[in-house]
Amino acid sequence: MILRKSHRILVQGITGKQGTFWTQAMIDFGASVVGGVNPKKAGSEHLGLPVYASARDAAGRFDVALMFIPPMAAKAAAIDACEAGARMIVCLTEHIPAQDVMEMHAAARSSGSRIVGPNTAGLVTPGETFAGIMPAFNKTVFRPGAVGVISRSGSLGTLASLNLTQQGLGQSAFYGVGGDPMIGTTTRDALQFLDADPKTEAVVICGEIGGSAEEEAAEYAATMRKPVAAFIAGRASPPDKKMGHAGAIVSGGKGDYASKRRALERAGVAVADTPSQLPTLLRESLAAHAV
Amino acid sequence: MNFEEWAAKPLLAAHGIAVPPSRLARDAAEAAAAAEAIGPCVVKAQVPTGKRGKAGGIKLAATPAEARAAAEAILGMEIGGYLVEKVLIEAQLPIEKELYAAVLNDPAAKAPSVLFSTEGGMDVEEAAESNPEAMRRIVVDITKGLSPEEALAALDGLPLDGQAAAIAETLVKLYQAYRALDAELLEVNPLVITRDGEIVALDCKFTLDDSAVPRQPEIAPKGAPERMTALEREAADAGLKYIELGGSVGVLANGAGLTMTTMDAITHYGGTPANFLEIGGEAYTKAETALRILLKNPNIKSLLVNFCGAFARTDVMSQGVVEAWKALDPDIPVFFTVHGTGEEEAVALIRRELDIEPFDLMDDAVRAVVAAAEERAA
Repeated sequence: MILRKSHRILVQGITGKQGTFWTQAMIDFGASVVGGVNPKKAGSEHLGLPVYASARDAAGRFDVALMFIPPMAAKAAAIDACEAGARMIVCLTEHIPAQDVMEMHAAARSSGSRIVGPNTAGLVTPGETFAGIMPAFNKTVFRPGAVGVISRSGSLGTLASLNLTQQGLGQSAFYGVGGDPMIGTTTRDALQFLDADPKTEAVVICGEIGGSAEEEAAEYAATMRKPVAAFIAGRASPPDKKMGHAGAIVSGGKGDYASKRRALERAGVAVADTPSQLPTLLRESLAAHAV
Repeated sequence: MNFEEWAAKPLLAAHGIAVPPSRLARDAAEAAAAAEAIGPCVVKAQVPTGKRGKAGGIKLAATPAEARAAAEAILGMEIGGYLVEKVLIEAQLPIEKELYAAVLNDPAAKAPSVLFSTEGGMDVEEAAESNPEAMRRIVVDITKGLSPEEALAALDGLPLDGQAAAIAETLVKLYQAYRALDAELLEVNPLVITRDGEIVALDCKFTLDDSAVPRQPEIAPKGAPERMTALEREAADAGLKYIELGGSVGVLANGAGLTMTTMDAITHYGGTPANFLEIGGEAYTKAETALRILLKNPNIKSLLVNFCGAFARTDVMSQGVVEAWKALDPDIPVFFTVHGTGEEEAVALIRRELDIEPFDLMDDAVRAVVAAAEERAA
């Protein structure tokens, strides 16, 4: 699903320093934040919003749970959000133990919730709403438009969106899928959502070495009519080293740059050598499609 | 975090899986003394990597004198880039059958997977290819765990000499150990059936999930330290991820994706990155420490600071860079490109304090920093 202004957002960990800063930024941007969670401050107000003891206490009052929760408490918070019937859970937390992440995914499967992340920078719908830690409000980076952007990395997604905006292409949605190895919404899932979104005319994928997300997305891209361009980070990275993200590691030759580029190009996706080439590649594909 | 065999096996034993009697030795005399107590033994190099046997790091010894000689030969070897500083002296067992068992995180299933094969002892991927029929996989529902019945059902049809129930029980114990230890991988290869019908773990590979280290305080100190250069160690101690790469263009960026991208762009425009160093996420307040570490690398000829702030505020990061730069006054050119959260304050600060104009486009900044490095190298 694409995040819309109509989606009511509950912020877990709203009273913390980062929770406060980003919730205020989201409110200022126009996001529909309806409240927050902190068991120790339940019943009080924060940023003019009600604070609940748990997501379950706010059940029925929200659609999307946004987690500003430290790694060791993330599992309980995510399960709470699932049990409260969250449609979507945006999990920003990095360094959650993998077995906890698997329990979170199991809980989401049984409640029918969609997890975005862990280790995502969030979702932005320019000019409309956002949930997460992205500079949605910075007009040099994001402008409303027709390009969907998918990224495992927040910082690279920011750069790619900036490059599009600098060259006159706005965005329909930014989809941060997260830098972890086991994420709830994959690059392929996000590609499918953007393909179905009438406001999206073309898609940019910002991938990374490690895993098989780009290869799987390529299979879907091959079936799409909308043009897709991609940049894969990590071409110059050495093998067998975790490049910051837990998911960004090439080991035993698996998940390397060449395999991802090959899969995408075979699927008709234009692959850029640097992110600044993305707008040009998209423009060329869009022009070719218009003919 | 990887664990050597000597550190991993007692963890298996604590979860009810039998292991051979053994002792750790750090020199030949200790090895001989251990063999004296244990009897006919195997002398095994202790390094956090596979293929020890092929490298000559595992030798049989019938007597203490042979154990001493084997230890002398093995200690000081280099296997997979690791210096052998310890050997495990382990009792020889009469082996009837070698099997393979493992529990690991399965990213495709987003669940734990138990793997079992009747082809033990060899590389599991080779075994899976040579005899896929012998390999069984159980994707476990992590909310329920693995039951002996499920494990037994998965072993159906395999030639196990009437030991299927006992092996199923071992798989359950292995799964329980995996859960309790926050393992990313817990592998026993080979798991053997002895001539006396005992099921024993002859080797064990254990990888602890790095993210779980804070809640495994009793286990984590026994993990093998990661191989790092002195600067990488210093960065790790400061909570920063720094990887030395051998090139001449220093990189300071926020976020793993942007940092990799910056390295790629430097390579694309003909330069060589000196390092991976990212100060994204919670580390964005550590720009000053990061820069101090980065500048200790003598190979750096020029530096690129590339910030695209989301969570990481570029004004806070730039403040750190400016402070370190003024304090250290390094004799190399520095180039900036700064966008995202806090951009206006950051750009104003860099102009005011360093009299430097940040580039609008990353590609232009990369071209400039590569040219500067080449000029300095000439």
